[in-house]
Amino acid sequence: MRIVSSFLVGLLFGFGLVVSQMINPAKIIGFLDVAGNWDPTLLVVMASALVTTLIGYRIVAIRSRPIFDTEFHLPTNTVIDRPLIIGAAIFGVGWGFAGLCPGPGITAAAIGGVAPWAFVAAMLAGIWARRFVKV
Amino acid sequence: MLMENFTPYSAAIGGFLIGLAAVLFMAVNGRIAGISGIVAGALLPVRGDVIWRLAFVTGLFLAPLVVWFATADRPEVVFTHPLWMTALGGLLVGFGARMGGGCTSGHGVCGMARFSKRSIAATATFMTSAILAIFVLHHLLGV
Repeated sequence: MRIVSSFLVGLLFGFGLVVSQMINPAKIIGFLDVAGNWDPTLLVVMASALVTTLIGYRIVAIRSRPIFDTEFHLPTNTVIDRPLIIGAAIFGVGWGFAGLCPGPGITAAAIGGVAPWAFVAAMLAGIWARRFVKV
Repeated sequence: MLMENFTPYSAAIGGFLIGLAAVLFMAVNGRIAGISGIVAGALLPVRGDVIWRLAFVTGLFLAPLVVWFATADRPEVVFTHPLWMTALGGLLVGFGARMGGGCTSGHGVCGMARFSKRSIAATATFMTSAILAIFVLHHLLGV
């Protein structure tokens, strides 16, 4: 059930990315280009997703455990440390260069030609390379 | 004309679907719907913890094909930057997301919805660095 539910949630998440056009790098770059022809679409997507999640998580919290697992798997680290800030800064630069982040990259790969595949392959290399850098 | 590309209605609906997916994932599997974390866990596997990750990624991948089939319109994917820049971006995205413990979904949506201080700091940081990167590329270097 965990596998089927993960697939369906991935599909739903992907629908959200497609409907909101977040799989289109031109939309992402249009949002990030605040000094150009600014496109606030991403801000609305994020606000809508955030409000939905904020309310939904509070409803989920009524349960003591998830439906198909014995416990919730939540991050325990609460320290704002160097890897967090340096990593987020590097991530942001890459996001600007590509106009894609991990979810949209995978989703765009299905229909977007060679460029999203190059993005995803490089992203996997980046994830893998992280193991070898000590910070 | 300013904001000529703004698509607020589809953005609000799409954002709602993303949020709904994040909530369902927590309700059903008890996990944060952070894509970079899900992918990383499949790449550096732990026994019994891989297949659900691949299932999630498969769902993400099939979504635009389903939409394309259902609406008969191929969703737009337009790259305005050169291929090498897209690939370099992918490398930085993967590396940075792992170092920073999350990406737009994990920190930007799920973490912020939990009022995580780390996620708020990460989101503010990557938004700033992404806007700066685009400013330098477009307005200083003329890419």
